[in-house]
Amino acid sequence: MPRESATFGRDVIAEIQRAAETGVYDIRGWGAKRAVPHFDDLLFLGASMSRYPLEGYRERCDTDVVLGDRNARYPLHLQTPVTIAGMSFGALSAQAKEALGRGASEVGTSTTTGDGGMTPEERGESKHLVYQYLPSRYGMNPADLRKADAIEVVLGQGAKPGGGGMLLGQKISDRVAGMRTLPAGIDQRSACRHPDWTGPDDLAIKILELREITDWEKPVYVKVGATRTYYDVKLAVAAGADVVVVDGMQGGTAATQDVFIEHVGIPTLAAIPQAARALQELGLHRHGVQLIVSGGIRSGADVAKAMALGADAVAIGTAALIALGDNSPRYAAEYEALGSAAGSYDDFQDGRDPAGITTQDPELAARLDPVEGGRRLANYLRVLTMEAQTIARACGKAHLRHLEPEDLVALTVEAAAMARVPLAGTDWIPGTGDAAQRSSTRGSGHHA
Amino acid sequence: MESLSFDLANTTVRALNAELHDPSVKSYEVLHPDGAHAVAAGIDSGIAVEVRGHVGYYCAGMNDGGTVTVHGNAGTGLAENMMSGTVRIAGDASQSAGATAHGGLLVIEGSASMRCGISMKGVDIVVGGSVGPMSAFMAQAGRMVVCGDAGDGLGDSIYEARLYVRGRVGELGADCVEKELRDEHRAELAELLAAAGLDHDVADFRRYGSARQLYHFQPGQGRY
Repeated sequence: MPRESATFGRDVIAEIQRAAETGVYDIRGWGAKRAVPHFDDLLFLGASMSRYPLEGYRERCDTDVVLGDRNARYPLHLQTPVTIAGMSFGALSAQAKEALGRGASEVGTSTTTGDGGMTPEERGESKHLVYQYLPSRYGMNPADLRKADAIEVVLGQGAKPGGGGMLLGQKISDRVAGMRTLPAGIDQRSACRHPDWTGPDDLAIKILELREITDWEKPVYVKVGATRTYYDVKLAVAAGADVVVVDGMQGGTAATQDVFIEHVGIPTLAAIPQAARALQELGLHRHGVQLIVSGGIRSGADVAKAMALGADAVAIGTAALIALGDNSPRYAAEYEALGSAAGSYDDFQDGRDPAGITTQDPELAARLDPVEGGRRLANYLRVLTMEAQTIARACGKAHLRHLEPEDLVALTVEAAAMARVPLAGTDWIPGTGDAAQRSSTRGSGHHA
Repeated sequence: MESLSFDLANTTVRALNAELHDPSVKSYEVLHPDGAHAVAAGIDSGIAVEVRGHVGYYCAGMNDGGTVTVHGNAGTGLAENMMSGTVRIAGDASQSAGATAHGGLLVIEGSASMRCGISMKGVDIVVGGSVGPMSAFMAQAGRMVVCGDAGDGLGDSIYEARLYVRGRVGELGADCVEKELRDEHRAELAELLAAAGLDHDVADFRRYGSARQLYHFQPGQGRY
């Protein structure tokens, strides 16, 4: 029987052959596709004798969250902690951006602009709109800044920490080019560093300027890709962030080198406890500075697990696009014609998305009805929220934010070490000292 | 009252900016800025502001229509992301002056440090002295005039901005090349110098811009 190599698997061989043929690296969308320790490796300990559950469907389990109440005159008050992550007009069609706004607004949560500025469609349909402040500053202007409900200073994203953006020429329509002040049709790069500040001390002054320009009305978020998360969160808070957004390596992108997506950054699971610990040590966890986590959130269980580990809210990107219709079997034949398949399509850079979401082609984009897309997204957001409530009630929690690490165990040693919760059936958290010390610290709100 | 004076020795930048965003008069004077940050940031009307002294970071940041004059030096990010209006500084400017600015006129009578005009998106920048390294990095649109010298890496990864330099230019940045100075360029250069109140012979300047070789992702290019 022919034996395949574990080291040189079929996918590896195909990539070597592709590289040898073309001389260029592979660019694609989506986030990391490799298997990494994730929320699936955690389980909740429902209530039993030692804990008291809440009645499913009946007893109150709140889901609202206030974001950015440290400095801003107008913090965001969202009805669900599941928010929509930043995705650009350019990467997405105007219809898709509008659909995200509609869906988010229907359930009382926020959506976020992206690298390319704010479109009127998006602003018009978004009750709570977070305006990203990116290194490229494409489309950045003070009038839109003042129209925003919050400002997110983006240092990086989980799919490519340390990298800038790219939008290939086939997606640079006249409208996209106009918003970015660039010629139509060129391959466009976004800088990886901000042009007018360097390091956390400068960022503190930049945040001060943004507050001054907007008269101290709006919360200021700082978004980082998950890498040295403990230190990055501490520095973001020191620079003045009201909200810190941590995006793990499973977080998506519209276009980046495959090698970057798969090999730079850490899993979301490993980042959350670091971020929570940083905020706890600063005395700001759960009150003062909020933590939003993104990167691989798919279900209400993921929402609940992220929050139990310390997040105040989560953000979804890839899952939101799927809810709109991305990778739908309805377009199976067209995905196959592009050399992909419904369920695997990740060529968001290519602009030929059959679902009409990651494209600027007018005919393809017209396939997505923003009203119908918004309805589907709202449904999905409701399910995520209700699923998370189901779990929280089972754990005896009257608010999603009351979930805590003590409610969780891990299925694998790796997940236990990263999430800093014990391996199921044991009190063993790898890497956190002896068992006696652990039992004295667990449940106190602090981790060893 | 025609004019209001704010002394930052005994009032806050926050109070100053709040007034400038909802102005009760047409012109303002700011005393004792003493390196304060975000002085006159976020102006969105046609007011005039005279700042007497040195300012810190982001003075006149995102200016949209105001005329801001600084009688001193400026820190990082002077007039960053300006949309329209005029910002003039009598002294020198630190890094990233005019960064990402979309419009208006920025006049630096002295010299500017590194990254002057970085990612500029339509602003006109006129520098009486020299600019530091990596100026006009990824400059997308607008015009930059340097009456002195330009440091290394000028116009690295430049898009459609037009650069004019009178003195020496260090090593040019990637994809930035010297271009022919034609009549239309001499005309716009003369206009820019006149707007800045500077008197130089346009024939002494050389023009630089994009070779447009990095506009498309190509095998072997090594720049993406």
